[in-house]
Formats: sequence, C-alpha cells, structure tokens
Amino acid sequence: MLSVTDLQKTYSSGDEALKGVSLDVTGNETVSMIGPSGAGKSTFIRCVNRLTEPTGGSVELDGLEITGLSGGELRDARRDMGMIFQEYNLIERLTVMENVLSGRLGYVSTWDAFRRKFAGDDIARAYEVLDRVGLKGHEDNRADELSGGQRQRVGIARAILQRPKILLVDEPTSSLDPETSRAVMDLLTEIAAEDDIPVLINIHEVDLAVEYADRVVGLRDGQKVFEGDPPDLDETAKGQIYRGEEIPEGAGPAGKVVAADAPGEAVTEEGDLRST
Amino acid sequence: MTDYRTWERRTPQQRVGRYVLILIAVVATAVSWQLLQINYSYLGTAPVEFMDLVNRMYPPNVGYTGAVVSPLIETVHIAILGTALAILMSIPVSLLGAENTTPNRYTFLLGKFIISASRSVNVIIWALVFVIVLGSGALAGTLAIAVRSIGFCSKLIAESIEEIDPGQVEAIQATGANSVEAAIYGIVPQIKPAFIGVATYRWDINVRASTIIGFVGAGGIGVELNTSINFFAWQQVLTILIAILGIVIVSEVVSAYLRRKVR
Amino acid sequence: MATEQQPRREWSRPTAFYNHYVKWAVYAAIAVFLVWSAWNMRISLDRIVTGWGAAVGLIQGMVPPEVTTQFKNDLLIEGLVESVAMSVIATIVGVLLSIPVAFMAAENIAPKPVYWTGRGIITGSRALHELIIAIIAVKAVGIGALAGVIALSYKTIGFFAKLLAEEIEDIDTGQMEAVEATGASRIQTMLFGVIPQVMPRIVGLSIYRWDINIRHSTIVGIVGAGGIGGTLLNSFDQYDYDFFLTIILAIIAIVMIGELISTYVRGRIQ
Ligand SMILES: Nc1ncnc2c1ncn2[C@@H]1O[C@H](COP(=O)(O)OP(=O)(O)OP(=O)(O)O)[C@@H](O)[C@H]1O
Ligand SMILES: [Mg+2]
Repeated sequence: MLSVTDLQKTYSSGDEALKGVSLDVTGNETVSMIGPSGAGKSTFIRCVNRLTEPTGGSVELDGLEITGLSGGELRDARRDMGMIFQEYNLIERLTVMENVLSGRLGYVSTWDAFRRKFAGDDIARAYEVLDRVGLKGHEDNRADELSGGQRQRVGIARAILQRPKILLVDEPTSSLDPETSRAVMDLLTEIAAEDDIPVLINIHEVDLAVEYADRVVGLRDGQKVFEGDPPDLDETAKGQIYRGEEIPEGAGPAGKVVAADAPGEAVTEEGDLRST
Repeated sequence: MTDYRTWERRTPQQRVGRYVLILIAVVATAVSWQLLQINYSYLGTAPVEFMDLVNRMYPPNVGYTGAVVSPLIETVHIAILGTALAILMSIPVSLLGAENTTPNRYTFLLGKFIISASRSVNVIIWALVFVIVLGSGALAGTLAIAVRSIGFCSKLIAESIEEIDPGQVEAIQATGANSVEAAIYGIVPQIKPAFIGVATYRWDINVRASTIIGFVGAGGIGVELNTSINFFAWQQVLTILIAILGIVIVSEVVSAYLRRKVR
Repeated sequence: MATEQQPRREWSRPTAFYNHYVKWAVYAAIAVFLVWSAWNMRISLDRIVTGWGAAVGLIQGMVPPEVTTQFKNDLLIEGLVESVAMSVIATIVGVLLSIPVAFMAAENIAPKPVYWTGRGIITGSRALHELIIAIIAVKAVGIGALAGVIALSYKTIGFFAKLLAEEIEDIDTGQMEAVEATGASRIQTMLFGVIPQVMPRIVGLSIYRWDINIRHSTIVGIVGAGGIGGTLLNSFDQYDYDFFLTIILAIIAIVMIGELISTYVRGRIQ
C-alpha cells in the first residue's frame, strides 16, 4: 500500500505546488484525484516516484520510505511503481515491443539493454500483455505509427510489464476522445482488479472520475479539500474543489469535505476502514 | 500611446539603419576595390588564358588513370576515417556542450570551448599543423579532418540533444532504469536522425576536403594534383579532376541513401 | 484456432536492412573498411613517439607568438587586409552573378531546359573545393588577389544561387500574377513581382556568404590566390613557427569578428 503523509513541494520558482497533502491508497482500489488546473495533481504523482523531488513529508510504499532513498535504492523502488503519462511518453522512434520491454529495464544489465536482449519470460509476457491491451500483432510497429488510444495502451503495457505494486496514472485520457477514454479507463480498472494492485489516477473529467473510482480525492491550490465516495461528490463539493467556495454550515456529508487547513486525518481512518 | 511613440520612433530609425548599411556596403566595396589594385589587363586576358588551359587539358590523359587509383583510395580512407573519428569524439563533446546533459557549468564551458576552437581553424591549417607534428602523409590529413569536424558535428548534435522531448527520458527513468539505460532508450532514438544527418553531411564536406589537404602534404589525391599542376601536366590534371568529381558524386549518392534509410 | 498457443519467447528488432544477415554483413563490411583505412595510415609506436616530440617542439617554437618584428607585422596586416578586401569584392561579384542563375534554377519560373542549365551551373560550382578552383584560377590569371576573387566568386554562385532559388520557389505567386496581369513583360514581372519579395533574403544571404568568404579568403593564399594564406605558408616553409601561430591567431580573430558582424547584422535585418 501507498501511504503519503504531509507531502510538500515548493518549486525553485517559489510556486508552492503542494502544501502538505496526505493520502493512502490500498488493496486494489482505484483512487481518482481531481482538481482544477494547477492544483498540484501532477506534482503529487511525480513526487511519489520522485521524478520531482518533494521538499517535505514522507512517501511510503509497502513500508519502505521512498523520500530518503539514494541512487540505486531509488531505482529499485521505482521498479515497483508503474507510471502512465498524459502524453504517453513512449519512445516514438522505437517499436511497440521495445517500448513494452523497456518496462523491464530496471531488471536487465545495461549491456543487455543496449543489445535489446531481454529474458524469454519477459518477452513471452510482453506478447501476453500486448494481447491483453488489444494490440496483438502490433509489436513490430513503431510507436509513432499508432493512434493516440493505441499509444496509451502501449504506455499501460509498459507499466504493467514492470509487475508494479501500484500504478500511478497522470491524466491518461486528456489527449483522447471520449470513447477511447472510456476504453482506457476500463482497461486500467480491469488491471487493478486482475493484478490486485491499487491505481492512483489524476483526471480532469469529473464524470469519469465518479464512474470508475472507488474513492475520489479533491485537490485545490496544493491542499486536499475533499475525500470521499464517488456519490458524495455533490455540487457543494465540486464548488469547493473547483471554485474554492466556502463550505456552507451543515451542508454536504459531514467529514467528507475536508477543511482546507486541516488536511485529512478524519478521512484517512475512513480509507483504512474501507480497505478491510 | 507609448506604442504609438515607439512605433513612430522606430521606423525612421530603421530607415536610417538601412541607409547606413547601404553606405557601409558601398564604401567597403570601393575601399576593397582600391586596395586590391587588380591588374585589369589580366582580367582581359583571362578568358583567353582559360580557354587555352581547357585546350591543353583536353583530352584527359587516360593512361594516367591507373596512377590515380591508389591516391584516390587514400583520399577515401582519409575522409572515412576522419569522419568516423570525428563522430566518435563528438558524442562525449556534444553531451558536454548540451545544456540538458552536461554535468555542470564548467563541463558546459569546456564543451563549448572545444567546439569553437575546432571550428575556428580551417581544415588546411589543421593539416599544416599536423604535418609539422607527424610529418607528411595520410595520418596528418586524417587527424586534420577529424579535428576540424569535431566542432561542427558536436555543435549540431548538441543542438539536437537540447531539443529532445524530456518526457521520454523521464518515462524510462520511471521504470527504474539507470541513467545509461535512460540515455540509450530515451535520448539515442530521438537524436538518431539528426546524428545520421550530421554525419553524412559532414562526410560530404570531408570528401571534398580530403581532395585538397594534399596541397600541404597531408595525403590523398591533392598531392598528385599539386604535382601535376606544378609540372604543367594539364591532361593529367583533367584526369584527376574527373576522378575527384567521380568520388564526390558517389559519396553524395551514398549519403543520400543513408539519410533515406534512417527515418 | 481455439487451441492455446505457446507464447513466443523470442523477439528481435526489425531491421532497416533486408534481414539480420544483411545487417551484420553491412556492419562487418564497415568495420573491415575502417580497419583497412587505419592500416593504411601506417600508425606505429615509433611515429607516435616522434610525433609527440615534434608536438612539444612545435608548441615550444610557437609560444610566445611573434608580435615584435615590424616587417612581419606589416606583412600580417597587409595579408589580412587583402583577405578581407577579397572577401568583400568576391561577395558582391558572386551575388550579382548568382541572381540570374537563381532565377534560372527556380522550378516555378524557369522553363525546363533553362532550369536544368541553372541546376548544372550550381552543381558545377559546388562540386570542387575552393582551393582547387583557386589553383586553376591562379594558372589562368596569375598569382595574386584576382585569382582569389575569381575562385571565391565562383564558389559563391553555387551556395547563393541554390538557396535563393529555393526561396524563389516558395514565393507567393499571387503577387507575381498581379504584376503579370497588368501586362508586364517577363523581366518586369521578375523585377516587380519577385525581387521585392526575396530582397530581404538576398541581403541576409549575402552577409552570411560574406562571412563564409572571409574564412575562405584566409586560406586561398596557400595556392597563391592572394591574402594572408600565402604569408602563412611561407612562415610554415621557413620553420618560423612563432609567426605561424601569430598568423593563425590573427585569422581566428578576423573570422570571429566577421561572424559577429554577420550575426549581428542579420539579427537586425529580421
Ligand atoms: N517544473 C515546475 N517549475 C515550477 N513550477 C511548477 C513546475 N511544475 C509545476 N509547477 C507549478 O506547480 C503548480 C502545480 O502544478 P501541477 O502541474 O502539479 O498541476 P496540475 O494539477 O497537474 O494541473 P493540470 O491539471 O493543468 O495538469 C502550478 O502552479 C505550476 O505552475
Ligand atoms: Mg497535470
């Protein structure tokens, strides 16, 4: 399970992107993180695998503290976190197969990586995974020959080839049309269930978040302002997340909308309850 | 209001600038013309002299063809080895000279220094220097071409490294790959077309350069050309010129083929 | 097809060559050729040792560069001035000759036979190195700056006409047709419909080419075509290495100044 406590990030430009956010992701649940542009969603996800270096707080994956790790240890920890990007971030000029196999780079020697020599098991699994994401027969295509939806599937295949303990997904659907978006979300939740791993998804489309998530987290201005079940995300909560409206006294499901300056304790407990 | 004023001010300024530019150009031309003190009588006889030269060259000396083969091969060796060495060396130099891959500010400056030092000296001058050091021969020529090409190749490759999409590198890093693997998968494929482009472009230049470094004794067909000219063996000169044209054309065909192969 | 297929455990990257054997054959051929090339250089330990000694000697002989002898300084200045003057004249002459060639070599304007003639001139100019042109020019008009100017002008045509022709090929034909519609002749159409559109490019390219011509004007003297190159070769022949270094440094300075001016002016024009 992933357990983030009081995560902070201040960019060198002075931008306070995260002002102490705590969040647990456990079991095989799908957690959607929503919030307006610039709320800090991407920053949060990138701080988890330290593509962006957090400036405070702690990140624990299955009891291992990530923030203190150095070079080689961090690389080993990253093997357990599959990441999927908004712009796919495939190696455009390499084949689909090379892209998928690159998920195993943490396990092969540099020389073997150079020769594109991967274990037979990995290759067999790559074929299997390609089949699973619906790209059978495309292994020799170059990534830049694929459509957006197909590319995102390659991105997903690359991440699951890592056999990660968690999937970190940063706006997987923003570059896709609505129908393809659904297909990608279906795939992600399916994988979470089948492989029994949790998924943390940043997402812009609220309806997708509500439809697919087991839990929704609202971020605004670097702070967690909502956390609860998808049905609890009513107009009041959306107003709070997207327009920064004050919480009207007594409105909304109590304890779900988190006051801006008291991030998350009440909810963490609830998350634990759910996972049992 | 401010916009209006600056706009007003700039136009006459631009116009003045244009006049100044034209004036400078005219004065420079006049002064240069004066300085050169060209003897126009030579210019008058030039067409006649040139036709005379052509007549003495034609027909090319076919019997000489055999003697051209071995220096021609040496020329190709020089061009190939010089280009290969330059490309090899330009990999580390361009990594140093690119803002996003250089380890720190000092290495960046070192990279930039190597690039501009290599570029600011002409290949024939490099050839002179290496002839002093290594004596005349193909080795001096090869090194001259290699050293002159490093700056050129590194500069262009560094520029293409600076333009890569960092997302692809990040994605590889996110899988737990080490930095060398991230470079092999994340950077190399992205700069490959630029790399091949630079290499073949420089190869075209180097083939031409390797035909003339022989003028200062640095090997290749230039040695033969120089001797033939000094002995006024004009028919041999034409044979050599045709041979040079031949390898220039062949090399361009080869590099165009390579560029097409690598998309 | 209902049977469960055994998953494949092997994959190899498709190759740009026909198959993997061809690929390895090509790589092997390249490697063999490189080894053969290196073999022909006759590199030996002996040579490296003497070379090292010579390099040390050269550097000792070069440093400090010679700046005190009056007549050498005069030679240096004279050579540099002549080089720069040659580059200016060659640029002007070369550009004037290039403009008609560029029109000939623009596919959208020139009729096919003219187009191929224009292309032919450009290819002819680009094929041979400037020093080869210079050496022929020296034989035709004698030693001196005139030969250099001829060589550099000739080389300018290939560069300038090629780029200008490309520029003419993507001009806005609407403007040209507008002029043509007024009943203008072919030459008038070019003068009023085309030249104004490509004028900024002509100026920019001229300055760029001047920058290149400075570089070349400093070396054509090596074959007797005027400028500082002759002085450089003399100092080399007379083992006068400290003056040799002075000249090289001066050439670098001139080339850099030329590049600075050219970059600055081109920046201002755009
Ligand atoms: N590399 C950076 N340097 C400086 N500031 C940054 C950097 N990346 C992000 N920021 C700032 O941090 C804040 C949070 O950005 P982040 O990208 O995490 O938001 P987001 O919620 O993912 O937004 P979006 O929905 O647009 O993707 C923003 O104010 C942004 O300007
Ligand atoms: Mg984002």
